[in-house]
Amino acid sequence: MEATITNDVWKVLEQVSDPEVPVLSILDLGVVREVNWQGKTLEIVITPTYSGCPAMNVIEVNIRAVLQDEGYDNVTVTTVLSPAWTTDWLTEEGKRKLREYGIAPPVGKVDKSLLLGTDVVVPCPLCGSENTEMLSQFGSTACKSLYRCKDCLEPFDYFKCH
Amino acid sequence: MKPLFEYCLRLADNGLILGQRLSEWCGHGPVLEQDMALTNIALDQIGQARSLYQYAGEIEGKGRDEDQLALLRSSNEYRNALLVEQPNGHFGHTVLRQYLFDAFNHLNYTALCQSKSEQLRAIAEKSLKEITYHLRWSSEWVVRLGDGTEESHSKMEEALDDLWMFAGELVTADELDRQMLEQGYGPDLDKIAPSYWAHIEATFERAQLQKPENTWWQSGGKRGVHGEHMGYILAEMQHLQRAYPGQQW
Repeated sequence: MEATITNDVWKVLEQVSDPEVPVLSILDLGVVREVNWQGKTLEIVITPTYSGCPAMNVIEVNIRAVLQDEGYDNVTVTTVLSPAWTTDWLTEEGKRKLREYGIAPPVGKVDKSLLLGTDVVVPCPLCGSENTEMLSQFGSTACKSLYRCKDCLEPFDYFKCH
Repeated sequence: MKPLFEYCLRLADNGLILGQRLSEWCGHGPVLEQDMALTNIALDQIGQARSLYQYAGEIEGKGRDEDQLALLRSSNEYRNALLVEQPNGHFGHTVLRQYLFDAFNHLNYTALCQSKSEQLRAIAEKSLKEITYHLRWSSEWVVRLGDGTEESHSKMEEALDDLWMFAGELVTADELDRQMLEQGYGPDLDKIAPSYWAHIEATFERAQLQKPENTWWQSGGKRGVHGEHMGYILAEMQHLQRAYPGQQW
């Protein structure tokens, strides 16, 4: 019984989107780590993408709101930092949605060489060309870098490997 | 003051005050991309400070939350190093201040990943990923400006004259640092120091900058003795909470 309800809760959480990248649900993003029952209280455990991510407060409020709509009144949202969020948790579905939205998804898996700046080829999400360059490692939000396609000349966001 | 509480304030206040300084650049950066870089770094640092204040509040056990710790203390209760409260100056000043801090911060947080405190470890692991980007950004800019035009080079030398005296405080262990090391919470600054100076030397070499011989250090921030800049920072940062206590947005 409890397992069935927990599955339902996961389905409800799918409705909560990332306020800064609205095409992604918080499940695609991998920020929901656990759904637990503590007696009659439902505990949702989330982890921030970046320490200063301003979307976290909004996500927390939205989690409560959708669950309340579905009749879950006793909800606590707990934030954990460890293990630290990584783009490796982004689902394949999430990466596809990002690409269709015009944001290049993370290339490869996280490792030190990526963080330290070994260049990766980021294909342009608009025309598919691999002839692109980074304009700035800091983009419109903490999780993105700013790139430019040298073929179609469009600037685009890259959801950086983190 | 409990030692671990005070130590967490040191870490948190460095992040908050430097984050506040960087925020002053918002809308004033030399180009849009760098304006965004500066505010992105500010956001990371203030975010890291939040986690640390939450933890510090738990340790203190007097019911103070992150907002009260961040916004309702007076100057002598802040424990940030003097370097981070220095004014933004020109872009070269900001870049050099950031680099001198990031090079230390990266080593410090790497070591903090081994702390006895589970929460400090979690915060350090999370923050380190972000600090890695910061260090990459600030060292690249030190090189680009130092090894740039005659004008950018001379501005970096000017920044070095103004800021060098604040570098040493970061890696000079005092009583509290030693206590934290003995208890297994904090890193050994005596071990961090040589790596710090080596990083600076390597970066400066690429930037065509001369590492100053001077090793006399301004210090005091880590124990709450700040310069006059601190008062102005706090006046701006705290105004809203002082004028409208408990205000939220």
